[in-house]
Amino acid sequence: MVPLAHILALSVILFGLGAAGFVFRRNIITIFMCIELMLNAVNLAFIGFSRYLGNLDGQIFAFFVIVVAAAEAAVGLAIIIAVYRNRGSLSIDDFDSMKL
Amino acid sequence: MAPLFYIFAVLAILAALSVVLQRTPVYSALSLIVVLCSLAVVYLLLGAEFLAVIQVIIYAGAIMVLFVLVIMLLNARQETPSDRSRLARWLGAPLLLVFLGELLFAVWERFPAATTRAAALPDAGPRAVGALLFRSYVLPFEVTSILILVAVLGAVVLAKKRL
Amino acid sequence: MITVQADDLVRILPQAILAGFAILVMVFEPFLPAARKTLLGWFSLFGVVAAGAATIRTSFSPGLAFGNSISADRFSLFFICLFLLVAALTLLGSFHSLERENINHGEFYALLLMATVGMCFMAASTELIMIFLGLEISSLATYVLAGFKRQDALSNEASLKYFLLGSFATAFFLYGIAVVYGLTGTTNLLVLSAQLGRSGEFRPGAVFAWVALLLMFVGLAFKVSTVPFHVWTPDVYQGAPAPVTAFLSVGPKAAAFAVLLRIFLGAFASAGSGVFWVFWASAILTMCLGNLAALLQSNVKRLLAYSAIAHAGYVLVGIAAGRGEGTAPVLFYLTVYALMNVGAFLLVAHLAGTGERWTRIEDFTGLGYQRPAVAACLAAFMLSLAGFPTTAGFFAKFYIFRAAVHSGLIGLTIVAVLTSVVSVYYYFRLIVVMYMREGKAEAASASLPWALRVALAISVVGIFYLGLYPTDFLLLTNLAAVPLP
Repeated sequence: MVPLAHILALSVILFGLGAAGFVFRRNIITIFMCIELMLNAVNLAFIGFSRYLGNLDGQIFAFFVIVVAAAEAAVGLAIIIAVYRNRGSLSIDDFDSMKL
Repeated sequence: MAPLFYIFAVLAILAALSVVLQRTPVYSALSLIVVLCSLAVVYLLLGAEFLAVIQVIIYAGAIMVLFVLVIMLLNARQETPSDRSRLARWLGAPLLLVFLGELLFAVWERFPAATTRAAALPDAGPRAVGALLFRSYVLPFEVTSILILVAVLGAVVLAKKRL
Repeated sequence: MITVQADDLVRILPQAILAGFAILVMVFEPFLPAARKTLLGWFSLFGVVAAGAATIRTSFSPGLAFGNSISADRFSLFFICLFLLVAALTLLGSFHSLERENINHGEFYALLLMATVGMCFMAASTELIMIFLGLEISSLATYVLAGFKRQDALSNEASLKYFLLGSFATAFFLYGIAVVYGLTGTTNLLVLSAQLGRSGEFRPGAVFAWVALLLMFVGLAFKVSTVPFHVWTPDVYQGAPAPVTAFLSVGPKAAAFAVLLRIFLGAFASAGSGVFWVFWASAILTMCLGNLAALLQSNVKRLLAYSAIAHAGYVLVGIAAGRGEGTAPVLFYLTVYALMNVGAFLLVAHLAGTGERWTRIEDFTGLGYQRPAVAACLAAFMLSLAGFPTTAGFFAKFYIFRAAVHSGLIGLTIVAVLTSVVSVYYYFRLIVVMYMREGKAEAASASLPWALRVALAISVVGIFYLGLYPTDFLLLTNLAAVPLP
């Protein structure tokens, strides 16, 4: 059987990759996908813990996280479409019109 | 079962790397689908059958289709690297590494490799999950409907041409 | 297993009524001609008042609901009333402003009510999953509200930045919840606080427990915009439509503080001193950087944004002061902050004119001569934000500092006092420009619509009432500061 530490390590690595992508990527759609990656890392942690603890609450949590991710995707992509319509750009570097 | 976990864990990490490193959003999206599906296999191995199915149908299916659709709609091309990210790179990278190291260390300290699982395997079929969802978690479940209403309303408000 | 009973429903009555009105607003929306959408705003205001009446009903049957996941105690009812007040003031201030910007759609009111529902759930929940859902509801609604001026590039940008950083923060908060669940097997704050005393899982020095608390703190720190998680704040406050900024700067922030109080002074109060130092450090950073950055601003909206960051620092001082001392002053502070900040943002936004053209400080030159009443109003808000005696801002700060001194946080109190002295400079800059310089204020054109007048009157009267007679309200906050969670 897989040790819990290995499951959590996978989860931490995915979370870290997502966070790294959030910081380094320039395309807003890619940045958003990195957030999805982080949410999946969270879900893996929930399910790993649920297995380890032998109770189902963690899975319910993961279920709610998926629902929230779906809602977030709907709103987020709508925001991205609205932004693109006005700016014609998807690069985060073009969004700095407010400085001092 | 264990070898299967490691195969898909490595696959998930490689695909996640590809999500982060690809310069073209469509490739990132496709790699993300690979991550989601390999995680679904991991869920299955961990006994979370219901979640595994949901992961494939809702996450890899519905949500990612939305992503790919928007990428196509906006004709998102390869991104151009810029100097702006330099500050983030110098500042963010070490911080992130420290944070990750800390987290991994914490995992190892608290759960040494010997700890595997609880004695009793929870029955995680749709029946058990559903029973829990509609009994103990009925309020969060109902509140989710408000969340989805907000999401629908928000998407319409922002993306519709004329209100 | 739980069975839902009548009392359970009574204990979420305010939230249910608000959600019901939000849905009704959407149902009526298509039947109203474009010119009559303000009716929906009044209808929403009626909904807020109805929810306020419902909190009175709820207060007669306090207790836990839905299997210990909702707690209708005095603490949560206090916060619900605060959110309803903020929502009502925002609604009153938004009618005219929305019409002027040509974005008077019913969806605005529905989203505002939904955001309030989410915030109420955040304050009232004792189950991390419910707190998370409340947080998400209020966040998603406010992301959309920030981008409600769809044709405006700045509004888009505000919405995008708020969304990306907000969901990034949510991921951290969630990971923190996951670790708490893994360590304890539960996500119910009541069960947790009962367990922690015994299990010692969250003993000081347990790295993983420490990580969990830190992750949750980071997630919430984004929402209350403490340094270094504040980078989105000025841009979002500047770009969002004015009434939304007023709402954002107070509502979600107060809700996140309610959660911080419940988690860190409630469930994990026994988790040791490490958490205290996190609050201590981020309070100092936030107060110093917020106030110093505000000195450099020439745009009034951005100035108020940095001032909002600095004020979060003072609230953190109250939380650092701890369980017995800090909670009531924090509640007092948040109420006063709500009154003065909503008022200031609404007034500045109105003066800025169509398309928010006049938001530089120079645009207010000579306002005191052209529009004495309006300028006096703005000056009152500035004095209160600066913490001038006879205004509520003074007592708000005073109670926080007193609590900090009682808890032995002398160093922190000195920093807080010094930074609030610094803050006087930038608040007075606006007053000086209004009264001591001749000139034709660009920002003086439009007369105040009467709904906005009502909102401003409520804020100003509130500020002076609490500034002159703070004792009654302080007693109320003491009552509301029940032992958490």
